[in-house]
Amino acid sequence: MTAPHPDTWLTPMPAGLYCAPGDFFIDPLRPVPRAIITHAHSDHARPGHEAVLASPATLALMRARLGEGAGRTQQPLAWGERLTINDVTIFLQPAGHVLGSAQIAIEYRGSRAVISGDYKRQPDVTCDPFTPIPCDVFVTEATFALPVFRHPPAQGEIAKLLASVKLFPERTHVIGCYSLGKTQRLIALLRQAGWDEPIYMHGALAPMCEIYEAHGIPLGELRPATVAAKKDLVGRIVLAPPSAIADRWARRLAEPVVCMASGWMRVRQRAKQGGVELPLVISDHADWHELNRTIDEVGAPEVWVTHGSEEALIHEIAKRGIKGRPLRLIGYGEEDGS
Amino acid sequence: MIAFATLLERLLFTQGRNDKIRLLRQYFETQPDPDRGLALAAIAGELHFATAKAGLIRDLANSRTDPALFALSYDFVGDLAETVALIWPDSQTNAPPPTLPEVVEALNLTPKPRLPDLVAGWLDATDASTRLALLKLITGGLRVGATGRLARIALAEFSQGRAAPDDIEEVWHSLAPPYLPLFAWLEGRAEKPDPATAPVFRPPMLAHPLEPEDIANLTPTLLRAEWKWDGIRVQLVSTPGGRRLYSRGAEDISAAFPELLEAVDFEAVLDGELLVIRDGTVAPFSDLQQRLNRKTVGPKLMAEHPVAIRLYDILFDGTEDLRPLPFDSRRARLEDWFARTSPARMDLSALIPFATIEDLAEIRAGAREAAIEGLMLKDATSPYLPGRPKGKWWKWKRAPLTLDAVLLYAQRGHGKRSGSYSDYTFGLWKGEELVPVGKAYFGFTDAELTWLDRWIRNHTTARFGPVREVEKSLVLEVAFDGAQRSTRHKSGVALRFPRISRLRTDKPAAEADRLETLEKLIPG
Repeated sequence: MTAPHPDTWLTPMPAGLYCAPGDFFIDPLRPVPRAIITHAHSDHARPGHEAVLASPATLALMRARLGEGAGRTQQPLAWGERLTINDVTIFLQPAGHVLGSAQIAIEYRGSRAVISGDYKRQPDVTCDPFTPIPCDVFVTEATFALPVFRHPPAQGEIAKLLASVKLFPERTHVIGCYSLGKTQRLIALLRQAGWDEPIYMHGALAPMCEIYEAHGIPLGELRPATVAAKKDLVGRIVLAPPSAIADRWARRLAEPVVCMASGWMRVRQRAKQGGVELPLVISDHADWHELNRTIDEVGAPEVWVTHGSEEALIHEIAKRGIKGRPLRLIGYGEEDGS
Repeated sequence: MIAFATLLERLLFTQGRNDKIRLLRQYFETQPDPDRGLALAAIAGELHFATAKAGLIRDLANSRTDPALFALSYDFVGDLAETVALIWPDSQTNAPPPTLPEVVEALNLTPKPRLPDLVAGWLDATDASTRLALLKLITGGLRVGATGRLARIALAEFSQGRAAPDDIEEVWHSLAPPYLPLFAWLEGRAEKPDPATAPVFRPPMLAHPLEPEDIANLTPTLLRAEWKWDGIRVQLVSTPGGRRLYSRGAEDISAAFPELLEAVDFEAVLDGELLVIRDGTVAPFSDLQQRLNRKTVGPKLMAEHPVAIRLYDILFDGTEDLRPLPFDSRRARLEDWFARTSPARMDLSALIPFATIEDLAEIRAGAREAAIEGLMLKDATSPYLPGRPKGKWWKWKRAPLTLDAVLLYAQRGHGKRSGSYSDYTFGLWKGEELVPVGKAYFGFTDAELTWLDRWIRNHTTARFGPVREVEKSLVLEVAFDGAQRSTRHKSGVALRFPRISRLRTDKPAAEADRLETLEKLIPG
């Protein structure tokens, strides 16, 4: 008996990707009875599901963000631990995107699909690294799936930032970054680069940092920017959500140099659009080369693409004999700022 | 080349005009000749290479990259040069990056067949930022938010009081890159360059929009009124050194209008509106548009779209500078000169008689001719002053027309809007059907753009390459300056200067305007 093709038991539905024999959804977009969540960004981890299964860190982050909405019952699954639901076996492996971010491997009657969620391959001390899992169908994101996207080493971007801090000691550098993942990675990168000063933060970023620290990721001295006097912020680095950097909130800062940390910053006009003066190309997603390399490493003959520039990626892998399929799932890629 | 690339990158990301001026000034202070003069020429749009064109870059990109991936990337990035700079494979070469003078010289001297290899070699030897500067130089149009005017202001600051921006403006067109005599003058090493008899551009006098609060301060007896025509403002310069037609922005547009320059048999500097005029009637702007942005023009186009200049002002009569004279005296000189010269392809802008401001308001409201934008009001006593002096000239535009239209399609913008769906095609009801009547890509605020972009992404019903078709449910209030018949649009109507004036989220699509409403606005 040949193994059933994953497209017979894994189906894109309006609510998200659905596994019929296991009767669960992956990262569903609306409340469902049973959900498996790849990571805690709000476009993937939505509130109101009955039963939620995810990595322990993802569940902790979801509880902090969603409270009661994090799921009526919550079941943690450690890396590599196997769990069988009906005829379906699942296990999780790290995706390297943010703390707790997981790939979900699903096995059914001899075939295996892996849903990668969002992922990256660049080193990041704030989360476990992506582990390739061989599979028959690999479900990938495609946020930066155009050959113009090549994320440079993050250390170089941090060096650019620190050079600017040195050049403009009378100003405050305010970096727009998302509260979960980007913030903590930036802090860790700054610490690695030797920046031992206190780092100031918008109030919205603090809760996620506490959870990272509780998971054993030291972030050094963090102070609230909201209570600091303007003159105390001169020469400092301040982190804030992207929505705050061009807003009234930033007026408390001394002549702010507006920086933004995102993979989109590679495209100048994009950076320009947001009123950014110092773009930092630092991303939590795989760039063009990383996407292609990952697809080759997992060796799947068929790749499904959830969201992003699926056309380009499908075109590129077709040249290597890999079949691509766009899932056209609407609703991802909204929160994390990439 | 690296210093130039850095300058461009910093200019692009610098918001404030004064900060941009400081960056330019600093560049002029720290870079040697001829580099700084060549950079100045690039920023002022004065560097042109006969053989290196955008097509060359496109071909190169296609030879090094997958054309399908290139097309998708270009659609996303929205700028050809930047797409190539980003997509170009990072190669391992030890060749040093070229200098700016090397690049300019090679682009001027290298025969066309050898250009692709030359440019490819440069791209291999540079990083993405320098690649972009190189490619922008070749394609022209740096788009870093700095113009020739801004550069000349920076030069004036660089001169430490030796020259004002308008002094530089007056010699500018007699000079050529790399502007060695200009820098020598600004650094106090030489006298001011003498434009002598060169047909240089004179900074024009510009008008402020008339705001409601200005009206009380107007003195009707000291005011002269003219129609504001919907053409382009031009300066015709004829001296023993040559003849030129300049746009308001000092761009030399002579080549597109040879018949105007051939008809010149006098020496003068004249200010007027360039229009297409058939049998004494001014044609709509779209007719003039056919003649703009051309390097050459054929006899058929010249015959079908005959141009003329409607004269507003005279700046020089022969070598006599009339600019210090008050408007009334210049007007008398203009009428006298016109009667004496009877120049071909020109007429005089009529003065509109009126007694009170109320008269003017009525005249403005009654102007329905498509080619009239409104009124120009000028202080009878004012000399011709460069720039936009306060309280001398006003433009009093006709109130815009508006329609409530339904959003049909959206496309990602180019340039700084390349990330958002910012080009909107909208339509009106014709029977039970919505027909497209125009496109608008400005008028909205940044917050509205963000909202629209999200709305479009969430209400997409189909995608055609870069274009998204959306649910026919969003009503946009579109403002425009006029409507005319057009065979280019399916609806048979074209709008002049359409822009999004409001988002009518309160209005159901069924209540949007009908095509018949728009058709009633078409004159004639």
